[in-house]
Amino acid sequence: MDNEFRLANAGRIDRDRPIPFVFDGTEYLGYAGDTLASALLANGVHQVSRGVHSCRPRGILASGVTEPCALVQVEEPFDEPTLAATTVEVCAGLRARGLSGKGALTSRPDPARYDTMYAHADVLVVGGGPTGLLAALTAARAGARVMLLDDQSELGGDLLAETAPLEGRPPIAWVSGVCAELAGCQDVTVLPRTTAFGYYDDNYVVACERRTDHLGTAAPERTSRQRMWCIRARAVVLATGAHERSVAFSDNDRPGVMLAAAARTYLHRYGVLPGRRVVVFTTNDGAYQAAIDLAGAGVPVTALADARPEVPDDLAKACAAADIEVLAGHVVAGTRGDARISGACLAELRDGRLQGHREVDCDTVLVSGGWNPAVHLFSQAGGGLRYDSQLAAFVPARARQRVFVGGAARGAVTLADCLADGARIGAQASRTVGLSADAAPMPAVLQRTPTPSTALWLVPDPSGDYRRHYVDLARDATVADIVRATDAGLRSVEHVKRYTTVGTGHEQGKTSGVLATGVVATILGVDPAELGTTTFRPPYTPVTFAALAGTDRGALHDPVRVTALHDWHVAAGAMFENVGQWKRPWYYPRPGEDMAAAVWRECVAARRSVAMMDASTLGKIDVQGRDAAEFLDRVYTTMMSTLRVGRIRYGLMCRADGMVFDDGTVIRLADNHFLLTTTTGNAAAVLDWLEEWLQTEWPHLRVYLTSVTEHWSTVALVGPRSRTVLRRLAGDLALDNASFPFMAWRDATLAGTTARVCRISFSGELAFEINVPWRHAQRIWTELCDAGADLGITPYGTETMHVLRAEKGYPIIGQDTDGTVTPQDLGLDWAVSKKKRDFIGKRSFSRPDTARGDRKHLVGLLPVDPDLLLPEGCQLVADAELPAPPVPMLGHVTSSYRSPALGRTFALALVEAGRHRVGRRIHAVVDDRPVPVIVTDPVFYDKEGARRDG
Amino acid sequence: MLIECPWCGPRDETEFHYGGQAHVSYPDDPSVLTDEQWARYLFYRDNPQGRFAERWCHGSACRRWFNAVRDTRTHQIVATYRTGESAPVT
Ligand SMILES: [Zn+2]
Repeated sequence: MDNEFRLANAGRIDRDRPIPFVFDGTEYLGYAGDTLASALLANGVHQVSRGVHSCRPRGILASGVTEPCALVQVEEPFDEPTLAATTVEVCAGLRARGLSGKGALTSRPDPARYDTMYAHADVLVVGGGPTGLLAALTAARAGARVMLLDDQSELGGDLLAETAPLEGRPPIAWVSGVCAELAGCQDVTVLPRTTAFGYYDDNYVVACERRTDHLGTAAPERTSRQRMWCIRARAVVLATGAHERSVAFSDNDRPGVMLAAAARTYLHRYGVLPGRRVVVFTTNDGAYQAAIDLAGAGVPVTALADARPEVPDDLAKACAAADIEVLAGHVVAGTRGDARISGACLAELRDGRLQGHREVDCDTVLVSGGWNPAVHLFSQAGGGLRYDSQLAAFVPARARQRVFVGGAARGAVTLADCLADGARIGAQASRTVGLSADAAPMPAVLQRTPTPSTALWLVPDPSGDYRRHYVDLARDATVADIVRATDAGLRSVEHVKRYTTVGTGHEQGKTSGVLATGVVATILGVDPAELGTTTFRPPYTPVTFAALAGTDRGALHDPVRVTALHDWHVAAGAMFENVGQWKRPWYYPRPGEDMAAAVWRECVAARRSVAMMDASTLGKIDVQGRDAAEFLDRVYTTMMSTLRVGRIRYGLMCRADGMVFDDGTVIRLADNHFLLTTTTGNAAAVLDWLEEWLQTEWPHLRVYLTSVTEHWSTVALVGPRSRTVLRRLAGDLALDNASFPFMAWRDATLAGTTARVCRISFSGELAFEINVPWRHAQRIWTELCDAGADLGITPYGTETMHVLRAEKGYPIIGQDTDGTVTPQDLGLDWAVSKKKRDFIGKRSFSRPDTARGDRKHLVGLLPVDPDLLLPEGCQLVADAELPAPPVPMLGHVTSSYRSPALGRTFALALVEAGRHRVGRRIHAVVDDRPVPVIVTDPVFYDKEGARRDG
Repeated sequence: MLIECPWCGPRDETEFHYGGQAHVSYPDDPSVLTDEQWARYLFYRDNPQGRFAERWCHGSACRRWFNAVRDTRTHQIVATYRTGESAPVT
């Protein structure tokens, strides 16, 4: 029968909105406002899962985020693994199944949206129970900008399960009144279904809002499913409540064992009876009300075992009136049953021993081992804890940040104390942010002084068998496991945690952490205060990666940078390569061509006729100012101050340790105006590097640096016929060698577009780099294509660029170097000024290590087999036979290609004393086999440099 | 964590990057230094437990370098000040 455990008229579920759902293949009926756990209990389903290691049946212990064992895999509307049934709201289309500990990730892409909000608050209140509500109300009335977060679907906290009147009304009526007033305040944001899970320095709190999960398949498509809130608050109020804990007794894991307060929540908030016949086991006053309320709802409560030798009079009387037998100084020693509990064993606990065992029939055992203040966020914020022996719990002590803790979160037990706390700390928080605040008046509430609880962690077992006294139901860890840890000599709870895995489950020990401390203390015979707790780390509750990522996924995960010519490249069928964040054309295959064939064709065009490349991604830095030339002399190894306006010079930058950092060209535009280029991937790093020296070492130099990478598009026009093509567009610009020599630049108008043309070559061929404003790139590119069509002008990509430069022995900084390579190692001594008194790196060139003769040099390699393409990165050794390890390494291959110009393969490599080995045979290790290669000069093609002038 | 940029005011730590020990100046004339002295400039830095003057750069905003005195035990930043100024606290 549907909902046979559901009361007719109780609870806050919406009976006009029934929601069918499927669990473990069976269809059930729930209602809007139900959790999966409450709906299952309403239908008499207690067993949800099995123990992760023990495979023992497991039920529903709790009613919220502390649930250790009722784990499910949600299969519809969207796969989500390892969720507690107590935190899943029943929603349209919900289908779930029970899990034994481990869920499965989906292989479907997540269609939902996630986003992030950044917010500032004067007073951030975490927790919307009585304490938090009154704190928020007080701060709001003081005019503070308030944010109130609560993890439940509706505000009220424990008041949702409270029956005692507040201001003479049902508590929920008071909650509604406060919520209505808060809703009317201009600067107050109230977020239900929002869990604050991380508390960082300077009152930075991160929370996750579940916006559409409760709507299931009815969720609007365009609304984000979950939202991260990153909140910076001037003051924080923590009203996070407390978590009830269990006691370790034999077979305390059977379905039917439930925390007492959870039972009360199921009864009052969801109108669900946890069972038909109940035994209660408590160490404190709290569980009495659950027993009395259940009896009032018609459920026989067979016995209430209170571990304390004396029970409070008023509670004893109330129980007598409800026909509940109270057994002082008694415990539940064990349970029996098949899957679900069918009975419990009661015993008297005297002087640490059990006596007078008595079996009773029941289908439910309600336990309360005491309350742990939810100090997670306080502790994350750097707050210290102390052990309160009256409460048998750890409570907040000194705070490190501007944070105020109140209510059950600081150990308050009664509703009156919680309300008083809320009003007090709401006013305190408001005052610390400069507002004058009066505490909101306290609602009238029944006062009762609680009697202290007893610290009972573990029910002794006469036979000494503790293998079924469960401490952590999520990890299936028992008292026996903890005994094994302490027997092994472990004393710290942090060590015991790692040895036993207690507290490492999905709920991170919310029900087991302090219990484990108590059990260790009992075993070792010490006070729990000496042991403390394990560390509370974010996140407080599990958070999906999708929520953390927000909108930063897919194409937005990392920005993609494209040049002004990108659309042309795509239309031309280019294959792309990622260079940093840039998409660069890699090669342009024609129909039927593979990469090798395309690159071969592109290389031949560049060497024999004319080819063009989009070089716009080169980093470009504009340098201006009175001291620009002096500055460049200091940061480049090359002399730059002697460069004439109109000319270009190659430049090499080193770090202070003498290692090559970047290279590029320097153009002198005017006396105090230069333009530098950097390697594509290093543009930002070079600008940062130059700024650092300017600001921290040479602030007196008048120099201004501006990134202009995306101001200028650059087209490299390469090949013996490049001058012919350019002449067709260049009007009266003289292009002959005498008028426009190598390493010079000219302003020009090309086909009506203003351009700066540089004679720079990265291929050894006659070449021009044409720079135009970004927006004119398409036009100049197309004009060049048309102008060179009859000469077979060929677009080429980065792979061909690499082959052409490697044939000339030009290193790529970052590919042929790795931060341990000097200019001299690269054979670039010619680019290191001997005249300058100093520049960054100069002093290091004479350090003993940098001046060694056997450093690794950049050399060429020719495999003896001309068809063998060496893998880049492969290791180089001396001999054909590999000696026993460790094998002495000579170096490694840094670049390796097939060369159309050479008609064979070749490589560049860093080789120990490489320049002294030129002409000698060494070996490259390919697939664990040494193959012979000949060491050569790194320049393979046109050593005389005859081709650069066309 | 908030870091007080001397130019922009308090900003989130993610806007900044770290630059090592402060007040280690580039030598006036490296050529007159011994190898040992040059190696000390290049490679040797203090690593105290407690207050430490260090360089930070507000890279995501004003792009300015500045100095901060930070307690390496608590990460608390005791003071920040502009490049060229001496530490207001020790
Ligand atoms: Zn700044």
